[in-house]
Amino acid sequence: MGLDINTKKAKKNAFRISKERGIGASRIRVPGGYLKAEILGMVQEIAEKYGNGIVHLTTRQGFEVEGIRLEDMDAINEMLQPIIELLDINQPEKGMGYSSSGTRNITACIGNNVCPFANYNTADFAKRVEKEIFPNDLHFKVAFTGCPNDCGKVRLHDFGIVGMTMPRYDPSRCVSCQACIKGCKGLSVDALRMENYKIIRDEEKCVGCGVCITKCPTRAFTRSKRKYYRLTLMGRTGKKNPRLGEDFLIWADEDSIVKIILNTYRFVKEYIDTSAPGGKEHIGYIIDRVGFEEYKKWALEGVDLLPETKVKECVYWSGIHFDR
Amino acid sequence: MGYQIPKKTADTIFSQLQADYEIFAPRLFAGDGCFSDTDIIRYDKVSSLDEIEFDRRSDYSFKESLFAINETLFYFTENETAVPSCTDKKLLIFLKSCDLHALKRLDAIYLENGPEDFYYKRLREKASFVLMGCGETCDTGFCASMGTSRSDNYDLYLKCDGENVWIDCPSEALLLTLKKAGLDEGGASACEVTPEYVTENKESVTLPKNLSVESFDNPLWEAYGSRCIGCGRCNFVCPTCTCFTMQDIHYRDNENVGERRRVWASCQVDGYTDIAGGGSFRKTQGERLRFKVMHKIYDFEKRFGYPMCVGCGRCDAVCPEYISYANLVNKLAEEDEK
Repeated sequence: MGLDINTKKAKKNAFRISKERGIGASRIRVPGGYLKAEILGMVQEIAEKYGNGIVHLTTRQGFEVEGIRLEDMDAINEMLQPIIELLDINQPEKGMGYSSSGTRNITACIGNNVCPFANYNTADFAKRVEKEIFPNDLHFKVAFTGCPNDCGKVRLHDFGIVGMTMPRYDPSRCVSCQACIKGCKGLSVDALRMENYKIIRDEEKCVGCGVCITKCPTRAFTRSKRKYYRLTLMGRTGKKNPRLGEDFLIWADEDSIVKIILNTYRFVKEYIDTSAPGGKEHIGYIIDRVGFEEYKKWALEGVDLLPETKVKECVYWSGIHFDR
Repeated sequence: MGYQIPKKTADTIFSQLQADYEIFAPRLFAGDGCFSDTDIIRYDKVSSLDEIEFDRRSDYSFKESLFAINETLFYFTENETAVPSCTDKKLLIFLKSCDLHALKRLDAIYLENGPEDFYYKRLREKASFVLMGCGETCDTGFCASMGTSRSDNYDLYLKCDGENVWIDCPSEALLLTLKKAGLDEGGASACEVTPEYVTENKESVTLPKNLSVESFDNPLWEAYGSRCIGCGRCNFVCPTCTCFTMQDIHYRDNENVGERRRVWASCQVDGYTDIAGGGSFRKTQGERLRFKVMHKIYDFEKRFGYPMCVGCGRCDAVCPEYISYANLVNKLAEEDEK
């Protein structure tokens, strides 16, 4: 009997159709790259029972179990169920595997669970957005990084979220040791200087990385109670016009970012070109076509930005144009 | 003679005391640690018992309640100077036994080492000390090794759990104040109260007996110094470091007017030994580390008859480069044996 597979359905169900006839791969995405170690054992079991024993660590913090036979997809979906539950992934129907693959796994750097530079818990924020936007067939890429070092390479994503903290300075605890100044100059943007033995922070220049706070030996510099974020938009790779994401909001809060991402899904539903190959048009190209002004109108609808949030009124992207 | 006091009564007494006392105690500052979502325990004015961190050792010592990080010594105009006034209130300072032993070292430096320090003295005379016991040892302290785990020179000992507060008040003046604030009302009962203290720590330290100027050549200083980044944290958290530097501030709007401040200084941070003409005595971190350690366990003792270090272990806990002062001292002692 011939192999009769609905490949469109299989791809949506997070299976890859490989170059070898009849053979695919099971793609297990891990929101924020944060998982209990017991899941590794479960992945191993699937790979050894149905795959060729090899697992690829994907570029988006998932596992791709190689060498599975396409007729085993249902059995694999059953084995995926405990993984999906442990990862707390939204699922319309139990036992049926991942229900969509358009919106890509939300990635995150290791964040403040571990890293001394990180300004927030990247995995927690990633999971919060995961809960809001999955399952979804639209092609979105969201990534979180703990600080402006951007180890998460979030500027290659449609939405890049960069952790910031607003340094608070108590001059009565400052001993003029200049550790903050040296730290800011060497590791960051050189936004600090000393005047009359006390520190002056150039608020325009400061990127909110928090280096001054980690370097301060007396707790003269401490973190703001509120966690802040820089939101970068519409970075991408690809054949036509790869480019880095540009700043949209600086000193933004979590709620605004979640709302803007949700608003963008509405915007895409309104403007997507359904005649594009596979009915897929990438958000960045939609914005290029429709114009940033119109996008901004949709994105900020119902969003209550903090008074301190800076909004870029116009955003221009550059990148490399292979398509002109 | 001690008392068991219902927590509610103790709270009332505590708020009554606010009228006459500035009360300093270790307090948890949530989120104020070096790293994101980490906390810090440091001294601050408190207005209720619940604000006080009784169990964990504070990251920074009590010394900032008597010796501010920044202190204006006087304001100057073209022809006159004026000394800022001192608080009218008395001070009540909560501390652990290691810090109460450190107080003796601060007194030695500021009151018994040549002319008395005017600014230290005027606060010190107003201060009474409340001992907080240690039910169990902290991680890095070695008070048992240094003989500082017990204190009997407290004005008040206070232990607090959810329901009750136990006190022992050898200071008659303070006892009278507590009685005026309502100690005899609200269900307090007399009982025997003795301070909790630890008899051993996780860390134990042996002081070297044969240090001398020849110890300057020990390769250990450079071995540890090469790891040191000279941030000064060990000095700033230390309850016995007393160094300060001077800063003259000329106000930006009128440069003929200003103030002279004294500000905590660290012998590990650049600039400490800089002199006019561009000289600097201790250039390497190894030399600076040697100076600090020798002062804590050798120089001070030669002058005052007991070591400066009280074994609180804060320097070990705070060092970002994981330099263990306790380990370094033990290594020096081991070399003694050979």
